Amino acid sequence: MIGADLKFVAPHIDWFALTPLLVLLGGGLALLVGAALTPRWPKRMYAWATVAVGIGALVMTFIQWHQVSKHGTKVLVGGALSFDAFSMFGTITICVGVILTALITDDYLRREGMDGPEIYGLYLMAALGGVVMVMSNDLIVLFLGLETLSIALYVLAASHRRRTESQEAGIKYFVLGGFSSAFFLYGIALIYGSTGSTNFSKILAAFDNVPAHRNDALVLVGVGLLIVGLCFKVAASPFHFWAPDVYQGAPTPVTAFMASVGKAAAFAAMLRVLVVALPNWKDDWQPVIWTIAVLTLCVGAISAVVQTNVKRMLAYSSISHAGFILIGVEAAGHVGGSTRTGMSSSMMYLLLYSVLTLGTFGVVTLVSRTGDGETDLSSFRGLSKQKPMLALALTVFLLAQAGVPLTSGFIAKFGVIQAAVEEHSYALAIIAMVSAVIGAYLYLRIMISVWLADPEATDDAREPVRVPLSSGIAIGLCVAFTLLIGFFPGWLIDASNHVVNVAHVPAVAVSATP
Amino acid sequence: MIASALAAADTAESLKGGHFPILTALILVPAFGAVVVGIMTKKRPEFVKLAAILASVFTGALSVWMLASFKTHTADFQFSSHHEWITAWGISWHLGVDGISLFLVVLTAVLFPLAIIGVDPHHDEKQYLAWLLLLEAGVMGSFLSLDLFLFFIFFEIVLVPMYFLIGGWGYDKRVYAATKFFLYTMFGSAFMLVGIIATVFLAKGSIGHVSFDLVEIATKGNIASNTARWLFFAFAIAFAVKVPMFPLHTWLPDAHTQAPTAGSVVLAGVMLKLGTYGFLRFGIYLFPEAARHSRAIFLTLAVIGILYGAIAATMQKDLKRLVAYSSVAHLGFIMLGIFAFTSQSVTGGVLQMINHGVSTGALFLMVGMIYERRHTREIAKLKGIQTVAPVFAAAFTVIMLSSIGVPGLNGFVGEFLILIGSFFTARWWTVVAASGVILAALYLLWAYQRVFHGEPDEENKTFPELRWKEGMVLLPFIAAIVFVGVYPKPLLDRIEPSVKSLITHGGYYDPQPPSAQPAAEDGTQP
Repeated sequence: MIGADLKFVAPHIDWFALTPLLVLLGGGLALLVGAALTPRWPKRMYAWATVAVGIGALVMTFIQWHQVSKHGTKVLVGGALSFDAFSMFGTITICVGVILTALITDDYLRREGMDGPEIYGLYLMAALGGVVMVMSNDLIVLFLGLETLSIALYVLAASHRRRTESQEAGIKYFVLGGFSSAFFLYGIALIYGSTGSTNFSKILAAFDNVPAHRNDALVLVGVGLLIVGLCFKVAASPFHFWAPDVYQGAPTPVTAFMASVGKAAAFAAMLRVLVVALPNWKDDWQPVIWTIAVLTLCVGAISAVVQTNVKRMLAYSSISHAGFILIGVEAAGHVGGSTRTGMSSSMMYLLLYSVLTLGTFGVVTLVSRTGDGETDLSSFRGLSKQKPMLALALTVFLLAQAGVPLTSGFIAKFGVIQAAVEEHSYALAIIAMVSAVIGAYLYLRIMISVWLADPEATDDAREPVRVPLSSGIAIGLCVAFTLLIGFFPGWLIDASNHVVNVAHVPAVAVSATP
Repeated sequence: MIASALAAADTAESLKGGHFPILTALILVPAFGAVVVGIMTKKRPEFVKLAAILASVFTGALSVWMLASFKTHTADFQFSSHHEWITAWGISWHLGVDGISLFLVVLTAVLFPLAIIGVDPHHDEKQYLAWLLLLEAGVMGSFLSLDLFLFFIFFEIVLVPMYFLIGGWGYDKRVYAATKFFLYTMFGSAFMLVGIIATVFLAKGSIGHVSFDLVEIATKGNIASNTARWLFFAFAIAFAVKVPMFPLHTWLPDAHTQAPTAGSVVLAGVMLKLGTYGFLRFGIYLFPEAARHSRAIFLTLAVIGILYGAIAATMQKDLKRLVAYSSVAHLGFIMLGIFAFTSQSVTGGVLQMINHGVSTGALFLMVGMIYERRHTREIAKLKGIQTVAPVFAAAFTVIMLSSIGVPGLNGFVGEFLILIGSFFTARWWTVVAASGVILAALYLLWAYQRVFHGEPDEENKTFPELRWKEGMVLLPFIAAIVFVGVYPKPLLDRIEPSVKSLITHGGYYDPQPPSAQPAAEDGTQP
């Protein structure tokens, strides 16, 4: 019955509520146009301008978060976007991703001699697309966001013009991404065909209202196609094959961006679609997500073991993290549960993982040296002697990704495992934890290279690793956040518990103690 | 009236630790020391070492103070410290110490300064000391935690410093050993984490809210016995890897052999006890019925461990590996004592945890000294050391005899209590296990004979005698060995009430009142 009484009026636009989006859009356009019309800006200025836009959007998001907790959730622009804590939490993740990526990219672009505003403009546009996905309350809007994000990412992946690997990554990502978008779009069409709407609230209501007219086969195929499209974006197995190649080929900061912002937006969209729009078909999609989660966990952990390129390893690690988040998604499907810890734990995981992966790739960016080519395990040899603080930071990130306690990674994993166990998905929880052990070997191997491997004669001939200011700040922030959450996660858990109150879904009591 | 009221107030006061959070300090002092050492400059290594020694000695002093003010004849948790931590998940910083953990805490606090003072890492001393102190904080936390989440955090965090200690300062195959150690233990913990969360949620029904508090879950959480068996199994895997029990022991010989001496001392001395302690404090305390249900499996594995460890030790060519395998056997005895479920056998098990920590820790120290002198640990290359270094040989003899379990030394008390306690409830297992005592004598005496007896050849002729500093480090070990062997009453007085309360809590029966035990040393209840 929900949404049945939603009247279609000429879309009233609450501009204030859209400020996070508008800041990103306006900032991105201003950066591109402004930079095109003015002479070359002094160094760091493009990056810092992007950071300023990101911070602006972040501040607006916090203000909107306050609005949500004060006035409750609502839908915007005629039901196209939803205005709730979930949107804001996802937007925060994306803004944090943009800020940190811009900091890492700054030094990278100047080292590679490619400084310019374009990449930053693309980051902001991609973030805009991500925020639209997170906020979407309509499949078409979601698709718009998805395409905005994806197209920006295709270009970003190919943005290192002198590296053929980068071109290859761009093309690969583009072709496969185009395929997955087509799947996604076809899924939308089928869902529309059977429920008569692309709006989440109406899809939800369609199940109750006209069961006689409901064409289940169409919906089920539609749901399947949507899952394919989204799983491609989050690099869940068996749709993960692009990830290692693209992650390896793309410029390292862009890889960081894909792994954080891209993943966060796609997962938020997946939660929106599956949990908000399609909970009535959970009996059908839940086993699918279960299977994909298990596959993803195993593939991510096991394939990572044999890799020797760190960017590739991190790609597989990112796949295995996607598996963990899928556990949260699966748990969120149990709507019968008293609380929806699955949803909040997934969102928290995304934020924590984004920061972790940005930090990790930040270090990799520095170690890859001029040309962005030194990403083999051997390139990390002797890092502890050369740059002990950088090595320590990398160690913190790797341990956190492995899920060692007192880091944010442990809290993230604990959250999703808790959500799974709460819903009695013991098998999934055990498989996940065992896969985490296999996955830990990957992080240990990098740490061995950094700390324990014996130096070789060729090591001295390599270019020394430098830690420039912006990257240093970004990595420092990531380390601080990783440890802060490891020791004091309470406030973030409380905040993430709010995301279960999604616009247009019967409100679930926010519980302090799930 | 007034006197009793005063006494009660006094008790309450001391139970709170006299307002000084001594247990928190036991964890935070070494952790803080690790951070300080970590940020100190490398240019003045003597200050770095001094800071590390100060931090660890101070921790040791705190633990001795705690030991001195520990109330006997009570099974309660003392010096408890309880603070909210992650309220959203019902997790608190809950620490406490009772008879079961008391001496493990003291052992930890005393062993670390000795390992820090007694062993020279040769390179990167700053990092090495920082890792050691961090390890101390982690081990301490594991023994003191009364919150499942907190315990898991400490239990898991100790892997990191140990990994770096083995990997960074170990011997030839250190990276392999470190990785194996890390992954094995993490594998066990994976099951425990799921077990912990499941326990908490299943107990939620009868407790009324989500709580990771051990005491609350154990006393109020009502978990169906069918489910409890699975949960116990999940906990047991983690602890069985840590103990290690046959057949999950294969990481141990590698880790022990490849670890630097201080690492081996700590690993054998206290870290293996995390497993046996975990069984007592968590496995059996939370799921007594399930533990009893599966006791046959654990008793059998324990006995296999005893025999297998002993036989494997006999075959070793490397002295350090021999000691490592002897740990498998000794830990088998402890497991036998624990799973026999009589207050005597469990008390013996707890005492034997301390004894093994002391004697094996000291053995590893001495093997380390041999390696420092000769740069080999191969038994075949050592010969006739007794002739050139009689004091060294004497110290080794005392420690070795303690490990064998010769009457008058500490090992005997523990093994005897275990065997006599287990005989009533696990007769045939005990009968087989008793032969392990003889095997221990076989492999250690034979090794001693090959290394110390005979005429020293050319290479061993210059074997240096025990130095003053080394003697000073070994002295506390030997003093403890003799003291516990001759007069174990102070220890048993403190261990036994808690063990008895655990036995009662578990609903296990004691076959005979302890007062009827003929030769239970002084372990009788006053």
